[in-house]
Amino acid sequence: MSRPPADTAPRPAGVVHSRRRAGVPTHRRPGGTAWRARRKAAGRAYELLCLAATCVGILVLLVLLADILRRGLPTLTWEFISSFPSRFPQQAGIKAALVGSLWLLALTALFAVPTGIAAGVWLEEYARRTWLSRVIEVNIANLAGVPSIIYGLLGLGLFVRTLQLQRSLLAGALTMALLVLPIIIISTREAIRAVPRSQREGAYALGATRSQVVWGIVLPAALPGMLTGIILALSRAIGETAPLITIGALTFIAFLPTSPLDPFTVLPIQIFNWVSRPQPAFHAIAASGIIVLLVVLLSMNALAIYLRDRARRKLQW
Amino acid sequence: MVSHPDEATRGATLSRRVAGTLVGLLVVAAACAPAAPQPSTAAQPAPAQQPAARPAEAPQEAAKRAAQQPAKPGADLRQISGTVKIDGSSTVFPISEAMAEEFQKATGGKVRVTVGISGTGGGFKKFCSNETDVSDASRPILQAEIDACKKNGISYVELPVAFDGLSVVVSPRNTFVDCMKVSELKKMWEPAAQGKVTKWNQIRAEWPDRKFNLFGAGADSGTFDYFTDAINGKEKASRGDFIASEDDNVLVQGVANDADALGYFGYAYYVENPGRLKLAKIDAEKGGGCVAPSAETIASGTYQPLSRPIFIYVKLSALERPEVREFVRFYLNPQNAGTLIKQVGYIPFPERLYQLGLRRLEAKQAGTVFAGKTTLGVKLDDLFVKTPS
Repeated sequence: MSRPPADTAPRPAGVVHSRRRAGVPTHRRPGGTAWRARRKAAGRAYELLCLAATCVGILVLLVLLADILRRGLPTLTWEFISSFPSRFPQQAGIKAALVGSLWLLALTALFAVPTGIAAGVWLEEYARRTWLSRVIEVNIANLAGVPSIIYGLLGLGLFVRTLQLQRSLLAGALTMALLVLPIIIISTREAIRAVPRSQREGAYALGATRSQVVWGIVLPAALPGMLTGIILALSRAIGETAPLITIGALTFIAFLPTSPLDPFTVLPIQIFNWVSRPQPAFHAIAASGIIVLLVVLLSMNALAIYLRDRARRKLQW
Repeated sequence: MVSHPDEATRGATLSRRVAGTLVGLLVVAAACAPAAPQPSTAAQPAPAQQPAARPAEAPQEAAKRAAQQPAKPGADLRQISGTVKIDGSSTVFPISEAMAEEFQKATGGKVRVTVGISGTGGGFKKFCSNETDVSDASRPILQAEIDACKKNGISYVELPVAFDGLSVVVSPRNTFVDCMKVSELKKMWEPAAQGKVTKWNQIRAEWPDRKFNLFGAGADSGTFDYFTDAINGKEKASRGDFIASEDDNVLVQGVANDADALGYFGYAYYVENPGRLKLAKIDAEKGGGCVAPSAETIASGTYQPLSRPIFIYVKLSALERPEVREFVRFYLNPQNAGTLIKQVGYIPFPERLYQLGLRRLEAKQAGTVFAGKTTLGVKLDDLFVKTPS
C-alpha cells in the first residue's frame, strides 16, 4: 500500500499520531487531491491484481481440463469403464480400479464420519477446558498437517502387519479413515461453534437435556457445515495414492472385491501405472481414467452442495 | 459466532453459484465430447486400431492370441482355484501382468492373480516376510535379502524369465555420436565427473566444444543400479548433476527435445519412440566392437554390458498349491513366454532356456546361483547350468 511521503517521517507520540490512526481527513494532508487520486489508483490496481490471481487458478484448471478431455475422451467408452486392466491398451479398462475406489470410499466414510462427528461433538459440547482436552485439540490440529505417506506407514505397521488384515480393502479404508479424521473433526467443530448460543440457551431454558440439545438443536443447525467438511475429506481420500501404495494396494487386479477383506486397487494407482508405461496408447487411456476420476469427484462435490443447500433451507432461525 | 438470518441465504446463493460453475464445467466437457473424437473417428469404432505406434502388430494380435490359446494344458486348468500373489519390480511388472491376465482367462477366472509394484527391494521384503508367493526382480536376490528369507524359513526357486536391455540415446539432431565406448560413458557418468566433465570434446577430442545435458534413471530404480554397476563399476556410484526421473517417459521427452542431450533408459522406451531418439551403439572394449541394442543382440548377449536377465522368485512352499504351480508352469511355457513377453516389449529367451527353467521348477531346486552378486558378465547358460545354493 502506498503512503504519502510525509507519513514515513517519524512523528512524535500524541495527538497527531492518534489522529493518523483514526484516519485524518485527506484535505488536511500535504498534496490533497493528488494524494487522493493516487490512493484511488492503488485501490484499483489492487482489485485488478486480485482478479488476475483468481483468473490464474481458473485458467490453469481450464487448460488442464481441456488437455485431459482432448487426450482422454476418444478412448473413454463403455468398454473402457467395464473392462479389467490388460496388457493391450485397447482392451484395458478401469473397472477394477473404479469399483475399488468406490468400495474404499464407502468403507472410509463408514469409519471416519461417525467417529469424526462424535469426536467433534465431544470436544465442543462436553469437554471441559482441561489440559487433557487441550492436548487432544493440539494433536488433532497437528495430525491434519501430517504428510499422507506417514499414515501409510502407520497403516502398514498397524493394520496390515499387526492386525493381520493383509493388503485388504479394510486395511486401506482404516488407513484412509485415520488420514481424513482430523479434517472431519475440525470442520465439525467449526460448524458446531457457528450455531448461535441463543439457540442452545433457549433449549436449555425449556428443560432439554444436553444430549437433547445436541441432537435436536446443534447437529441439525451444524449439518450444512459438517457436510462440507465430510465431502472435502472424502474427496481427499479418493485422490490419495501414497498411503495406499505404502500399505500395498495392488496394481494389476482382474476381479472385483466381494468383501472388505479382498485385495483391491484404486483409480490413482491405475492411472499412475498407465502413465509410466512406454506405449503412447496407455497414456491415452490414463487420460480417460483421469476423466473418470474427475467425474466421480465433481459429482461428489455437486451432491454435497445440493445436500448442504437443502439442509440450509430447512433451517429457520 | 453471531449468525444473521441472511447468512444462510447468502451461503445458499454462493453455493448455488458454485454449483453453477460446476454445471458450466460439465457443459464444457459435454461440448468437447462430440468435438474431440473427430480427428480420430476412424479409431473409435475399432479400438484395435488405436496403437498406431505399433502398426505392424495390430493386425497380427488376433492371430497371435489365437496361436497362444492352445498353450494351456487343457482341462485341468479349469479345475483349480485360489489366489496367486505377486509383487516386486516395476520392470518385470508388464510381463507378470500379461501372464496373470492370460492365466486368469485360461482358468475361467477361478484363480485370482494379483500383481503389485513395490520395486525389486520392496518386493523381496514382502516375499521374505511370507506375504507373497512370487517376487518380480530386475536383479538377483542380494545377500541381505537371502538372509532375511532364511531367517523366516522361506526357500525359493530362482527363475530367469526374460532379457531387458538398457539403451543409451541421443537426440536425432546429434550428428556426431554413433558409437560410444564403455570407458567414454564412464568418463561421462562417474562420480568424479560431477561439475568437471561437462563438454562433448572432453569425452572425445573431435566432438564439438559444447555442453552436454545428461538424463538418467532416478536413484530408487533398478535401472539406475544396473547402469551404474555396468558402466561405473559400482552400484549407485554416479555423478549427481544430471536430470533424473523415475518415469522413463520424462527422460524420453527430455532427450527428444534437446540436441545436446544424452540419456539412458529401458530399451522398450526406445522402441516406442524410434523417430524421436537416436540410439548409440555400445563398444564394450572386449573385442566385440560397436553393437546397437536390438532384439537379436540383446537376446544373444552380444549387446554388452547393458543387457541383463530379469527374474521371478517363487516360494517353494507355495508350489505345493496347484494354482501357484500351474501359474509358474504357464509363465515358463516357451510358447506363452515367446509371445507374451514380446508383446509387452521385452526380449524372450531362446526356447531351450525355458525348458531348463521348467526343469529347475519341477526339481524344486531352491536357492540362487548368484550368491548375492550381480548378473554382470554372467553367461546366459550359467543362469541355469550352475546349481543354485
